[in-house]
Amino acid sequence: MTQQEALFKYILRLGDNALIHSHRLSEWCSNAPFLEEDLALTNLALDMIGRAQALLQYAGSVEGKGRTEDTLAYRRSERQYYNNLLVELPNTDFAYTIARLLFVSAFEKEYYAALQNSADSTLAAIAAKTLKEIKYHFAHAHDWVVRLGMGTEESKQRVQNAVNDWWMYTSELFEMDETDEQLVKDGIVPDLKALYPAWLQAVTDTLKAASLDVPVSGYMQTGSRKGIHTEHLGHLLSEMQYLQRAYPDAEW
Amino acid sequence: MVTETHTKEEILALLQEIKDPEIPVLSIQDIGMLRDVHITNNGYEVILTPTYTGCPAMGIIEADIKALLETKGISPVKVSLIYSPAWTTDWMTEEAKLKMQRYGIAPPEHSSCGNIAIAEMHVPCPYCGSKHTELISRFGATACKSLYKCEDCKEPFEYFKCH
Ligand SMILES: [Zn+2]
Repeated sequence: MTQQEALFKYILRLGDNALIHSHRLSEWCSNAPFLEEDLALTNLALDMIGRAQALLQYAGSVEGKGRTEDTLAYRRSERQYYNNLLVELPNTDFAYTIARLLFVSAFEKEYYAALQNSADSTLAAIAAKTLKEIKYHFAHAHDWVVRLGMGTEESKQRVQNAVNDWWMYTSELFEMDETDEQLVKDGIVPDLKALYPAWLQAVTDTLKAASLDVPVSGYMQTGSRKGIHTEHLGHLLSEMQYLQRAYPDAEW
Repeated sequence: MVTETHTKEEILALLQEIKDPEIPVLSIQDIGMLRDVHITNNGYEVILTPTYTGCPAMGIIEADIKALLETKGISPVKVSLIYSPAWTTDWMTEEAKLKMQRYGIAPPEHSSCGNIAIAEMHVPCPYCGSKHTELISRFGATACKSLYKCEDCKEPFEYFKCH
């Protein structure tokens, strides 16, 4: 793999994570438990779609074949997507959505802080920009996990179930493949394994503050680095890509 | 080929007319979004930085800039986005903060945004000045604002988040 190919594939992974998580959060639009939370979840989705746009645009320019952020988002099939499995899984309920946000934002907070030091100036600039937004995402997730954990028996049970069920998808966040190895060597991207202790600490602190149990690590699900996904990504894409597939090149 | 009939200063002065569509009392200069104007042989380039990566106002602002400069015979105009250095509320002028407050939005409180929890405390009510206020939601009607309520005058208000 050339440096250019590795970088292209890697930026797709970053862009896809933002895009697919954004899509899941946007599904809460008009469905959230109350109006302020409806606005909050869609604001988060908006931050992520902005991040996805910046990253996929950059991926297209690195690839150099004239693909734009729109072609990359709307004209790839599921096996060509590299987002972590965790972000593509269905929202399930509000507790699941918030628990996922906690795991992902705690990871992204460490990840984008490290990416600010990238030898690639475009990635460093996008990282610095997006990190400010992620700090708000993490604060939001933290507050809600604590509120649900300290709420009623039911809210506590539901957020604990969510934490337990999502746990097996968390180690994939830190999984490294040959693209990582190649780019880490040149100081372009951070070593994911090195971010794990800080992530575990942040997540443990929040779960403890919510009087929730930290799951014991067992079987861990994986696949996305090779483009192997759960059954849910195809359904998500069929909805997200419908318009561009049915009416290619349609514009507002 | 552009004959340089318009200086950078002239263009910057003209661009004072371009407002943030979400806070129409503030120009893109006031808010710190307008970074530079380059004049080259190929035309004019206006450099902007987005406040938020997903800010939906960017498209409107870009169109407004092009339309305005066109009417003044300034063309071709290209609007470019840069991400570095990342936009911060620290670039907002004191005058801008005052205008924002008069418009009914509490301006960002702290120059350093390292600690969100501290920056969110005791935001003064833009209507009565009371610091007896409460955060309702970190995310308001637009990405840049949070929702608060004032415990004294009972008015809900928006706070422009520290960023
Ligand atoms: Zn008041």
